[in-house]
Amino acid sequence: MNLSYILQRIFLALVVILGVTFVVFMIVHIVPGDPARVILGAYASDESVAAIRERLGLNRPFLEQYGDWLGKAARGELGSSLITSQPVMPQLLQRLGPTIELALASLLIGIAIAFPIGILSAVRPGSKIDLVASFFSQIGVSVPSFWMGIILVLLFSLTLNWLPPSGYTPISEDLGDWIAHLVLPAVTTGIVSASILTRFIRSAMLDVLHMNYVQTARAKGLSERTVVTKHALRNAMINIVTIIGLQMTALLSGVVIVEVVFAWPGLGRLALDAVLDRDYPMLQGAVLTIAIMVTLVNLVVDLLYFFLDPRIEFG
Amino acid sequence: MASTTVAKIGINEATQTQPSRGLWGDAFYRLIRHRLAMFGAFVLLVVIFMAVLGPNTAAYNPETMDFSARFAPPSLTHPFGTDDFGRDTFTRIVYGARVSLLVGIIAVSLAATVGTILGMIAGYSNRIADEVIMRSMDVLYAFPAILLAIAILAALGKGVGNAMIAIGIVYIPIFARIARGAVLSVRNEEFITAARALGAGDIRILSTHIFPNILSPIIVETSLSLAFAILAEAALSFFGLGTQPPDPSWGRMLSEGRGYFRQSVWLGIFPGLAIMFTVMGFNFLGDGLRDALDPRLKR
Repeated sequence: MNLSYILQRIFLALVVILGVTFVVFMIVHIVPGDPARVILGAYASDESVAAIRERLGLNRPFLEQYGDWLGKAARGELGSSLITSQPVMPQLLQRLGPTIELALASLLIGIAIAFPIGILSAVRPGSKIDLVASFFSQIGVSVPSFWMGIILVLLFSLTLNWLPPSGYTPISEDLGDWIAHLVLPAVTTGIVSASILTRFIRSAMLDVLHMNYVQTARAKGLSERTVVTKHALRNAMINIVTIIGLQMTALLSGVVIVEVVFAWPGLGRLALDAVLDRDYPMLQGAVLTIAIMVTLVNLVVDLLYFFLDPRIEFG
Repeated sequence: MASTTVAKIGINEATQTQPSRGLWGDAFYRLIRHRLAMFGAFVLLVVIFMAVLGPNTAAYNPETMDFSARFAPPSLTHPFGTDDFGRDTFTRIVYGARVSLLVGIIAVSLAATVGTILGMIAGYSNRIADEVIMRSMDVLYAFPAILLAIAILAALGKGVGNAMIAIGIVYIPIFARIARGAVLSVRNEEFITAARALGAGDIRILSTHIFPNILSPIIVETSLSLAFAILAEAALSFFGLGTQPPDPSWGRMLSEGRGYFRQSVWLGIFPGLAIMFTVMGFNFLGDGLRDALDPRLKR
């Protein structure tokens, strides 16, 4: 394995994470006017405003504030909530699990739908199944996920009474209830993911299905199933994995929205509640955690290339 | 014999070649023959018509309440029914079209302008500028789009104007990446070397020679980004961060009607369909533009 490439990717990921911390830190500092006054409202007393300024360190020089905040963030200290006065970090860790559960379930549903449909569309381009798949993938990327969530709740929860409309049960408490609560939000995000992935899988498969080695495999008399799964799909996987990795940012965008619709106690809902409460330390913590997750997933995808295609040499 | 065949093929090719309408003319011709793109353009024309002329022709005021007509189902008087304040849903959707299009157009114009300029500078200038700009774009790209927009709105404050800025900032990295890639593919072409030899400065080369040659992917991305911008505005308004009451917006209508969908299903159906068709229109048009401007990418 090319060690210098791995080290280069890790270094770039660290640079991005450093930039992410700066953007997150800036959330408080681009507030028009006095951030402390904005947090407390126009009628707050001067003493309260001064106390918040002191607590957030707003009186010190900008770079000193950033350096201090960064040092503490590196040690896992992201301050305490302005609403509950509780440390931010334990609440973030508590919300991280449900967000990861929802993201993984959505991705699995997306992949489970997109792979068979994308491959079938590529094997039979222009066929009825290709046209139907193309139509539904266009609808999937055009429907607002929060609207789809509402429609699914109307249908499966309020009309048919099959699934709970919102809420969350930890997996450790009751597996069946956890699944029941997970289905609707995961399907909502998963359908949008599937719509995007189907188009990319079809495109990646079409690219390799016309390659000489695929024609050779057919000429050798291999079955179409073997040609598609062993020869074409394996080679298309590099592009597909890249897209799945890039999908993580879009997927987490969807998860943030869906968490709000389904009262799912994840980081997205925490971030939105923090915005509405003007709880800046909590918002900074939630945004930072999600952005670091995305960066790490992208790093893993970059490193996965080696395992998927050993021929690749990186300079 | 062989030479005769070659000659015949040559004649056939020559006679079959259609007269060139120029790069943009050919692209336009391909676009108007693209059925899905034309369907998308038709949907968008209807939405634009609603946004521009609708408010002048609407039978009701979008903010006028009529408590005697609360939750009225779709009828000839109220084609899309009424909401919990007795306001006409159709009129509010017509007015909402104006908000959606305006936010989309201004946000994407901001993203396209800033992103393209940054991408062109990154692709054309030295490695240090390239690294600084593109790593900054990587940083912005590390945030899920809607989360970054929420964070920006947390700092700037709620409201439709700030939503435009937030959505615009979110899409800057996409345009920067596309513009940089396009510049890298043309910066060493002979016509650029010739322009430089003739004494053209960097700004002139970028604006007069490079920009027209990277316009195609930017036009395509503009159409696709408009679709995402309209979805983002709807989501932000649904969360209460975008358009503020009593202004009508499709996302806000879904948020306000959410508690009543079970008994008044039209409150949940029509604003959602308005968002879906508009987004679909931009997506179809964007796909058509991509096929028309770069047929090699057609899938």
